[in-house]
Amino acid sequence: MDQLITYSLHLADTTLILAQRNAEWCAHGPILEQDIAITNITLDLIGQSRNFYQYAATLINQSAEAVAEPATEDSLAYLRTEREYKNLLITELPNGDWANTILRQFFFSVFQFGLLEQLQKGSDAQLAAIAEKSIKETTYHVKWSSEWVIRLGDGTEESHQRMINAIHNLWTYTGEFFIPAVYEKDVLPHVDFDALKSAWLEKITEIFTEATLSVPPASFMQTGGKTGHHTEHLGFILTDLQHLQKTYPGAEW
Amino acid sequence: MNIQIRKFYYGDIPEENTGGSTIPQQDSGAQNAWPLWEVFIRSKQGLDHKHAGSLHAADAQMAIENARDVYTRRQEGVSLWVVESTHIHASNPDDADSLYEPAADKIYRHPTFYDLPDEVKHM
Repeated sequence: MDQLITYSLHLADTTLILAQRNAEWCAHGPILEQDIAITNITLDLIGQSRNFYQYAATLINQSAEAVAEPATEDSLAYLRTEREYKNLLITELPNGDWANTILRQFFFSVFQFGLLEQLQKGSDAQLAAIAEKSIKETTYHVKWSSEWVIRLGDGTEESHQRMINAIHNLWTYTGEFFIPAVYEKDVLPHVDFDALKSAWLEKITEIFTEATLSVPPASFMQTGGKTGHHTEHLGFILTDLQHLQKTYPGAEW
Repeated sequence: MNIQIRKFYYGDIPEENTGGSTIPQQDSGAQNAWPLWEVFIRSKQGLDHKHAGSLHAADAQMAIENARDVYTRRQEGVSLWVVESTHIHASNPDDADSLYEPAADKIYRHPTFYDLPDEVKHM
């Protein structure tokens, strides 16, 4: 049960933090239409995140002995500390430029699509149901981000160079997708992470080829987010995200 | 010629924390560099596509996607058409008198002399 709670929190934190990062583009997008597009994706991710938090809260409340304050989606998002967050490191990295943001979305969405397919086949009915709902959104995120990778990679000299810089910034954070934490292996005994990785790499290679970009060779990969060891960036995100609830506990509007 | 355009933000968002705070742009600016497209949405099967508005996009594919994001967020449609605005030819508003006025006194052309059964919708 504890493993399932931790895993649900990992999924919830990952989508929340990526949403928080993407939301920084709101009203700062490169063009009105794309500002709306990235904000739509942000809202999709927040919706997914809420589903995972609600499930985690239900599980926590079932497993705990009577507590004064039962867990809620809000308490899990707003009152947990940095070390308690289990999001993937790639989601907390700074946005950088548009190329960096869309490449991160592309790497993540392709991974998330494969993962949600597996969750649909899993033994946990609630996770399967959330996955079934989310995968339609993720399908669009993959399509949207793929087209931007191709557009920029195969665009002007400058856009091509910006994509190369983005690959350089992000590549070592993609390995974490496929290095399962202990609780993941426990919750997802049926998932072959190596197979997930080769399917991911295949899609990345396909799009990169069309975008005239090269896939970097295997290298050292960053890990830690899944077990609460974060980059220096997460603290700043949480300060911003949790400011209101920490300053005015229980505030509502 | 490249012009450095500096974006100014309201509120207290530090510039280094936002995407692309300084954008090198061509003379014309990105907004003008992308052509304008007209968007038509079919709200449900069996109905016509109706004009919904316009937007900027680099090509037809991006126009469809932008239209999806801008105009169908609230379940407005099941099908989209986009056409580049330059391909739309319009009648001259100055000709309105000669083009449309003559129809005003020919009410026998209007299908208003028939009683439509309630079951017939969308007429």
